[in-house]
Amino acid sequence: MTTSFFFHPALILILGAFLLPFFKGPFRLPYQILVPVLCFIDVVYLGFHPGVYGQLNFLDWQLTFGRVDGLSQVFAFIMALMAIIGTIYGLHVRDSRQQIAAWFYVSGSIGAIYAGDYLSLFLFWEIMAFASTFLVWFNQADKDANAAGFRYLLVHTFGGLLLLMGFVLRYQATGSIAFELLDYDNASLYTWLIMSGLMLNAAVVPLHSWLPDAYSKATITGAVFMCAFTTKTAIYTLARACAGFDILIVLGVAMAIYGIIYAINENDIRRLLGWEIISQVGYMVAGVGIGTALAINGAAAHAFAHILYKGLLFMGAGAIIQMTGSSKLSSLGGLYKKMPGTLAFMVVGGISVSAFPFFSGFVSKSIIIAASYQEHLLWAGFLLTMVSAGTFLVAGLRLPYLIFFGEPRGSAESFEKAADPPLNMQMAMLIAALLCLAIGTWYPLLYSLLPYQDALYHPYSGYHLSETLQILGFTALGFMLFKDRILARATISLDLDWFYRRGGQAFQWLAEKPIQWLDTAWGEAYRIVGLGSLMTTARFWAWFDWHGIDGVLDGSARSVRSFGRLLARTLQRGQIQQTLCYTVSFVAIVLLIFIWM
Amino acid sequence: MIRFIDYLKDRQRGLRYLFYGLIAGIFIWSMTVDTSHAHTWLEKHIPGFWSIFALVSVIVLIFFARWLARAGVEQEQDYYDD
Repeated sequence: MTTSFFFHPALILILGAFLLPFFKGPFRLPYQILVPVLCFIDVVYLGFHPGVYGQLNFLDWQLTFGRVDGLSQVFAFIMALMAIIGTIYGLHVRDSRQQIAAWFYVSGSIGAIYAGDYLSLFLFWEIMAFASTFLVWFNQADKDANAAGFRYLLVHTFGGLLLLMGFVLRYQATGSIAFELLDYDNASLYTWLIMSGLMLNAAVVPLHSWLPDAYSKATITGAVFMCAFTTKTAIYTLARACAGFDILIVLGVAMAIYGIIYAINENDIRRLLGWEIISQVGYMVAGVGIGTALAINGAAAHAFAHILYKGLLFMGAGAIIQMTGSSKLSSLGGLYKKMPGTLAFMVVGGISVSAFPFFSGFVSKSIIIAASYQEHLLWAGFLLTMVSAGTFLVAGLRLPYLIFFGEPRGSAESFEKAADPPLNMQMAMLIAALLCLAIGTWYPLLYSLLPYQDALYHPYSGYHLSETLQILGFTALGFMLFKDRILARATISLDLDWFYRRGGQAFQWLAEKPIQWLDTAWGEAYRIVGLGSLMTTARFWAWFDWHGIDGVLDGSARSVRSFGRLLARTLQRGQIQQTLCYTVSFVAIVLLIFIWM
Repeated sequence: MIRFIDYLKDRQRGLRYLFYGLIAGIFIWSMTVDTSHAHTWLEKHIPGFWSIFALVSVIVLIFFARWLARAGVEQEQDYYDD
């Protein structure tokens, strides 16, 4: 343990979130910017002082809250940066609950990245899951958001349980809770449980359906935050625990293809972007699976670039939903006349994800593809290149074409009222767009942050340029020839969530009809036969206790009862969201105390 | 910017020829570029390999996605509402 100064960056956001309601009027705006900026400065400071901090003994275990090394630093850096951009994007939102949930969510992500043991990882992991659920629930505009939030929470609780079971079993077997690289050659049940728990958050097929489902139902700023943190934090944890697991190469390539196929058919713009997250995260998962220094660098660089351009695309999509009230491609179109600024930003995002030369995807995605060729995984290299063509087809061509060009397909009034979004939203998009360009042109900026400095890649070679331009040019040709086949259609595509959505409905039927009937019948029988005599005796003893004994003991039972009622009235309103919010806040406070002690 | 897009929209035929010229240029350049860094034998010996690869990829992806949709994956928007 080093002696230099350590203040956990996640703690800044947690404290900031607690104090936010007290800042009103003119103080609110500077405060909202100050908190994520302070967190970012703290992360940058830690970058110059790598080491292990915040170790404390809790029961039999040693917890590590601050493992600062090359791998954790690059992820923490981009998360803190994205927290600033996302906060600027949401400055106009008056509902400070959204802000609080978002900061808790980011603190969970940064906390998980710096965690050096499974217990503290799990704690921050759950903060992340719970806080982000609120970003879905707070969306008042969509009546399906409530149900989507519950689905999201249940799926993540399941993932958390997999992780929990995994590391508890591992503790039993090895006696260690240290969060380190797992042994692939001697893998046992706990290895697979931990990997599955982490994979669920990375939306690896077949554990992916929660992502498009929740991200398309979240609030506008909520989705901007969500698209950055959950999956990329999971990529960090996979790179930490499961680097070089061959199975992840197969799964990563599978999710890259699966995501892009669904994105081609998708009608909802945020679902489409969600499918594309799955596709892009597939590259990173494959990179983690390859596991060489170059591949891990690629996964980290691509996560970094991905957070910026995907944040940009989600910000653009949010602007469109806010200004037109529609999220469906089948009721958009022709918007370039109304939202030229948003068009420009979304095109920058689209060509960044498509790996245009001089934009961020070009210097990050190709590292992973190069690493797969270097390890003679030709099938992976070729399939990922095929998905690159699909990415340009969807995000660079289909999405902007259907939103901004062609005839308006929505109602005339929603088209008339459309305009570029408020200034702060445009500012946030501008920052993200400039960063996409900066990383693509001046790539040492990004490469200097990567964990393995002796395995760097040189993106600007003549051959790589020629390869990329051919792919982009001929993808555009393919789009021109066949675009009529992938126009907007007002439909949805069934996915694996069918099983739990239909399964849930079947379970509900079962609970409502036969089980409820049985319960009622049993209760009725019980009431008639057993309860009558029992109640008479009970009533006597209650009378005796209340008037006889408590009268002697100074009426203390009465005061306890009234306090209990007050507590119950505040805490148990029957609204499960509120109860959860209290529970999570309580956990956060306990955590805070632990870190301090 | 709106006027610029309208300006371009009025000249779609010209734009299309410009685009064809551009991809033809890319294709020709690919035959002269140094292929010593190429990953596989295919890339070294097939002229414009990545052009063909990209075009085939796009066609495969679009047609597979449409086939999948028609095979029953695509449903009405109110599918889950009942």
